[in-house]
Amino acid sequence: MAFGQRVVFRDLSCRFPRGRVSVILGGSGSGKSTLLRLIGGLVRPQAGSIVVDGDEITTLSERQMYAVRRKLGMMFQDGALLDSLTVFENLAFPLREHTTMSEREIAAAVHESLAAVGLSNVDDLLPNQLSGGMVKRVSLARAIIMKPVILLCDEPFSGLDPLSVKLVEGLLVHVNRQLQATMIIVSHHIASTMRIADHVVLLLPDGAVEGSPAELRRTTDPRVAGFLDEDGVAAEARA
Amino acid sequence: MTALADLGFAAVRFVTDLGGLARFAAQIGRAALAPPLRVRLFVDELFKLGVLSLVIICVCGLAVGMVLSLQGYNTLVRFGAEQSLGAVVGLSLIRELGPVLTALLATGRAGSATTAEIGTMVATEQLDALRMMSVDPIDLVATPRALAMTAVMPLLSALFIVCGLFGGYLVGVGLMGVDAGSYMSSLEAAVDFHDDVLGSLLKALIFGVLVGLIATYRGHTTAPTSAGVGAATTSTVVVASVSILIFDYFITALWGV
Amino acid sequence: MSRAPVRDLLVGLFVLAGLGAVAYLSLSVGGRSYGGPARMALYADFDEIGGLKPRAQVVISGVKVGQVSSITLDESYRARVRLDVDAALKLPIDTSASIMTAGLLGDRYVSLQVGGDDKLLQPGDQITMTESAVVLERVIGKLIYSGSDREKKP
Repeated sequence: MAFGQRVVFRDLSCRFPRGRVSVILGGSGSGKSTLLRLIGGLVRPQAGSIVVDGDEITTLSERQMYAVRRKLGMMFQDGALLDSLTVFENLAFPLREHTTMSEREIAAAVHESLAAVGLSNVDDLLPNQLSGGMVKRVSLARAIIMKPVILLCDEPFSGLDPLSVKLVEGLLVHVNRQLQATMIIVSHHIASTMRIADHVVLLLPDGAVEGSPAELRRTTDPRVAGFLDEDGVAAEARA
Repeated sequence: MTALADLGFAAVRFVTDLGGLARFAAQIGRAALAPPLRVRLFVDELFKLGVLSLVIICVCGLAVGMVLSLQGYNTLVRFGAEQSLGAVVGLSLIRELGPVLTALLATGRAGSATTAEIGTMVATEQLDALRMMSVDPIDLVATPRALAMTAVMPLLSALFIVCGLFGGYLVGVGLMGVDAGSYMSSLEAAVDFHDDVLGSLLKALIFGVLVGLIATYRGHTTAPTSAGVGAATTSTVVVASVSILIFDYFITALWGV
Repeated sequence: MSRAPVRDLLVGLFVLAGLGAVAYLSLSVGGRSYGGPARMALYADFDEIGGLKPRAQVVISGVKVGQVSSITLDESYRARVRLDVDAALKLPIDTSASIMTAGLLGDRYVSLQVGGDDKLLQPGDQITMTESAVVLERVIGKLIYSGSDREKKP
């Protein structure tokens, strides 16, 4: 996978177990977000195959991708909420586009989603009136409102204070249990990752290492240990 | 030698860009015809692009009409032909200045705003979010704006011209003493519906398509940084303005046949 | 999207104003008659039309009654002019058509002099009596030649 002259990674192979929380770890520039976008079909690889819930997506046209994406939900790093719409309208948007639900049903679904992320009374606020943490939660609420099979989260913990980080961790786990959705999270927040992940994909300059958090902690691979050591062990001691 | 290489490179990039624009236009065309028809958004854009441009269009129209009348009078009076002032002001406005100046003003005001809006949506990943929600951003964002710009341009152009005629009347009849009857009758005698008015509206329509396409295309292809949004907005104004003037020549030449 | 009746009203007004401007330009200024008097076609052949152009006026006693709709060449290389005039006019078959100039250097137009015959011209008929345009250069040329002729005579 390369952007113009810049090769992000080559010969990458990994799997994300169904129904589990997987985290893509790696340093800056390791291609974590790119991997996520590949899964969502937002970028196309030069070579290789990507299978999403049984569908090979690299050969699909953009129109066909739209059908696949009905099964996906994505939580963006800065929320990516439509800034001209209120919170309510942002959440109602996918429902109005793709379902024939009545306004009452839509309102119920919106409030249910907001409740799931612990928000209330934010219906009429515009995105620029929300705090960073609230933006992330609304973004998550929007991502789950269509009950996706796979949920993609791009840096859900970035820019949050430690309390909010804990809150978002809890929400992600809660959502995973409730929806039984496969979750693929991109993060460089090692501590949070180790706490909530069932499966970790660590992107290193010369390849990827997969395993559960426990396996990675026990590994003798010096690259992995070195990476985790930077933050992980010290954070574990602190946590 | 590198200057030549740069030129070649720029030429290739230009042609590639043109191809991209053509493909984009085709996508907009397809989105415009297929349901869902975003009527609400279309009307919203009519407001943002049309109603909000009214003041600048009418004021500039008035001013241009007044200047034309002043200049026209000063020249015509030398030949004793000042009674034809209405015709001079009217034909200039209807044939050229109305559609062209309206399009240039609209590019600066509405076109750049559109590019900036869409460009910001690219930079904040809103368009990607739309794609992930299985909504085509071209259908939701670009098409209503491009269509609205096309619809709005002939209307704005006509309003510009009417304000200009009025301004010309104010200066010519009110200030310079041209006979009111002569002004109106020379205007009406000289202006032909088919050659002048229809051609004027056609020009405005084509300019509307141009500006609409260029503004939305540049917005969509913005580099997702704030510097990128600025560059895209500038590009819209420059490219659209040049295109308008070039197309103006060709339409004038072809329509006059 | 939220309902915004004020916005919609403004958009409606804007569209109305714009269409009104278009209508004004088309009908009043541009002279596109919406309906207007029915026209009938009459033909006239001229040896010389001068600068007569399509859409030039056709007048009777100085009053506009129609316009020139087309000018073509016929088989004998005369100019065949088609005049679209008010269909309600009753023109005798000996009506004549001449090409005049408005002012000294002005636009050409066609002036009809009504004849006295009982029989009337029907739509599509030919006006037989025509007077070609006076071309200034020829007049000046004649003056010059006749002047030099007189000088040569002893």
